[in-house]
Amino acid sequence: MSTQLPEQVEEESSAAEAEPTSAAQERRLEKKRQRAEEKERQRQAEEAEKALDEEDTYHLKVFRYDPEIAGKKEPRFDDFHVPYHKGMTVLDALMYARDTYDSSLTFRHSCRQAICGSDAMFVNGSQRLCCKTQLSDLEEPVRIEPLPHAEVVKDLVVDMEHFYDQMEAVEPYFQTNELPEGELEEQHQTRENREKVKMSTRCIWCGACMSSCNIAAGDNQYLGPAALNKAYRFTMDEREGEDMKQQRLEILEQEHGVWRCQTQFSCTEVCPKDIPLTEHIQELKREAVKNNLKFW
Amino acid sequence: MSQSYNRGLIEDFGRWREFSAGMWAWVFHKFTGWVLVGYLFTHIAVLSTALQSPDAYTTTIQTLEGLLVVRILEVGLLAVAVFHILNGLRLLFVDLGVGLESQDKSFYASLLLTGAIVVASVPTFLAGVFG
Repeated sequence: MSTQLPEQVEEESSAAEAEPTSAAQERRLEKKRQRAEEKERQRQAEEAEKALDEEDTYHLKVFRYDPEIAGKKEPRFDDFHVPYHKGMTVLDALMYARDTYDSSLTFRHSCRQAICGSDAMFVNGSQRLCCKTQLSDLEEPVRIEPLPHAEVVKDLVVDMEHFYDQMEAVEPYFQTNELPEGELEEQHQTRENREKVKMSTRCIWCGACMSSCNIAAGDNQYLGPAALNKAYRFTMDEREGEDMKQQRLEILEQEHGVWRCQTQFSCTEVCPKDIPLTEHIQELKREAVKNNLKFW
Repeated sequence: MSQSYNRGLIEDFGRWREFSAGMWAWVFHKFTGWVLVGYLFTHIAVLSTALQSPDAYTTTIQTLEGLLVVRILEVGLLAVAVFHILNGLRLLFVDLGVGLESQDKSFYASLLLTGAIVVASVPTFLAGVFG
């Protein structure tokens, strides 16, 4: 079939020279497009089939748990064999498994481009953002579990309430007592100051760091890396002014604030947005010390 | 957070295979710290019970130094102390916010240096035990 195709194209192109009207041309192009589309579809179908035949599949071991159904109360691992295509992410594979094999497979996802922060999971022993993790980077079988140190609601969905509480505890929004003169005046930040807080603004609240943190696991009151990073973002913002900084440091200096961090670097290791979390926490510690140590 | 059921080894030290450099540094630092505290008390206990007379002191030390186990433990003590010192320096830099990007390399460096110093000390510590 495919060997005949080039001849047909040639026939048509010679016919096109004899028939100069643009309507006929368009019709032909339309036909050609359809043929190409069909061919592409066929190719894809063949490829998927071939992939299944040749075992070019990825083996997923997915954590399953559903407290509402008697037979699923006991946590277990389900195996899925997902046909692989180049560039496939863990999230793609999960979605394929859900759409093709088991529609009850539950997990959070939304934007699929590492911005919404919904699909942080525990993949092959590390907290990762599924939409940002290439299957080809992982060893088989790919073990997908819900985030550790959090209550599992169902399958891969964990309760994020505690994480959000900690985030809110540091007042993660801009507040200042120093407003510019004019009513319509913009409140500008210096370029240097912006550079300083740049990395910390990239947080997408996925909770990977909090889940990886050993200290946060043992101390429920610990603010956790994400919240401390949020606090860093505003504490270091010069526009907030001195008194606001003081207020922020008071929150951070508490027993379960910055001082719980033991620089294990787990959070920095897993952060999908490459935020230097430990560095920020360490800097807040220094700020806190400077704030309280007076030599005069 | 408490779990509604046992999720297996993902929660605890069973994950050690997945630990990264920073985590190992923390684990070793804690471990060596406790060993040093333990040694400190043993040290005080042993020496203070051998203080009745100069002779008693000398015999105690000589007996201890004559034991192969003690000689080997001394090498271990040196290893623990050297690692604790070097990693302590690393943590000092971490606290100062210097070179946090290479914290893993400095951990490996402190491990290597500990190994080198310990190996170099073996002839001194074990001199005469096998002779």
